[in-house]
Amino acid sequence: MNWAGLYTVLSGVNRHSTAIGRIWLSVIFIFRIMVLVVAAESVWGDEKSAFTCNTQQPGCNSVCYDHFFPISHIRLWALQLILVTTPALLVAMHVAYQQHQEKKLLVLTGHADAKHMEEVKKHKMRIAGSLWWTYVCSVVFRLLFEAVFMYIFYMLYPGYQMMRLVKCEAYPCPNTVDCFISRPTEKTIFTVFMLVTSGVCIILNMAELVYLVVRACARRS
Amino acid sequence: MDWGALHTILGGVNKHSTSIGKIWLTVLFIFRIMILVVAAERVWGDEQDDFVCNTLQPGCRNVCYDHFFPISHIRLWALQLIFVSTPALLVAMHVAYRRHEKKRQFRKGDQKCEFKDIEEIRKQRFRIEGSLWWTYTSSIFFRLIFEAVFMYAFYFMYDGFRMPRLMKCNAWPCPNTVDCFVSRPTEKTVFTIFMIAVSSICILLNVAELCYLLTKFFLRRSRKVGNSKQQPNHENKEETKQNEMNELISDSCQNTVIGFSS
Repeated sequence: MNWAGLYTVLSGVNRHSTAIGRIWLSVIFIFRIMVLVVAAESVWGDEKSAFTCNTQQPGCNSVCYDHFFPISHIRLWALQLILVTTPALLVAMHVAYQQHQEKKLLVLTGHADAKHMEEVKKHKMRIAGSLWWTYVCSVVFRLLFEAVFMYIFYMLYPGYQMMRLVKCEAYPCPNTVDCFISRPTEKTIFTVFMLVTSGVCIILNMAELVYLVVRACARRS
Repeated sequence: MDWGALHTILGGVNKHSTSIGKIWLTVLFIFRIMILVVAAERVWGDEQDDFVCNTLQPGCRNVCYDHFFPISHIRLWALQLIFVSTPALLVAMHVAYRRHEKKRQFRKGDQKCEFKDIEEIRKQRFRIEGSLWWTYTSSIFFRLIFEAVFMYAFYFMYDGFRMPRLMKCNAWPCPNTVDCFVSRPTEKTVFTIFMIAVSSICILLNVAELCYLLTKFFLRRSRKVGNSKQQPNHENKEETKQNEMNELISDSCQNTVIGFSS
């Protein structure tokens, strides 16, 4: 079970998305998940083993690492990506439910032949009615999760910058101890990159929301 | 651990589940198994190597680690997920048995068999009633029991769900009391709480599914009793069929693109 499994599930939803939704999905998979897997995980791979403190006091390393990195960037991004892509499943479930209803209707009206059933499975659902509300909710939740995680990042790692040196005085470290982080510049670059793509995704989501609302109003009038 | 194989097995059961069952399966795979594989295994990866004790005494570190972590969180979660997904196999076996019976009937040329060919039997979705209802309900009940047992085991073994930064150990051969430091305690606490929260959601979903099945069962029973009291007539059936059709049409006409000729 890996990101490819999530990709399979989400590409099914892709068919019933708007054009902006498809762009958003591509940005997620190429610029975020792929970058996370291919690059960021190797950069953060030695984050604990190469975190060195200027002391021989046993336990000081672990404690200082835990103090400065309550949860690693990589795990936060993985959680963010999983939570951000999950609202699309609401849409997938709603579409599946509607397809089920259509099939039932076919059976009741006596058109339950293989050709019609295949058509039901393959045709693209219009985003109207209750499906519109589900879709809009999923976009709103996506926005919310993105914003929450960006805020959490900012709270945990003020300024998004990775320092080269941090000063630690948690027990059992004697007095104040200098601790050095591994690959701080590379980590800063990747943090900024992921932040920018997150911003792009937020903009895409807002654009999609505006597009859906405008379309619904135009349809009404 | 090949979770993909489990996914394949359980995906087959998905077809015969209720909607709540399908939601439960999605939550299980995305929020539990995927999080376990993608994130949690990395966090716990160096749990023994980076478990450091403030002593040079050989063997003390090993003994203290074993004392405080009788079984790692990761292994407990993996076991929990395996146990919790296994009752669904009862349902899969029952469905396979029913299919086998239908195929046997079809091959014998039974007049009662309503299928045109073997493929239809293979693709048919069975309704959850009769003995399948009992199997399905038992499977949910077992799921609930396993979830609760594992949550209790977690709480019992690790004294609450928090991972402390420092543990004081005085098992032999450690001299007197020794400070031992756990690696990444905050991250571990965050993931433990996350997994517990999702486990609780799964328990709620299972309880909801159980209530839904029981409600459906009692409704069906009362309908049967009601029907047997009235005169059995075809007009009733036609009316309900027409009502159902009208509901479906009003639900789906906003979204259907293809038109059906009546």
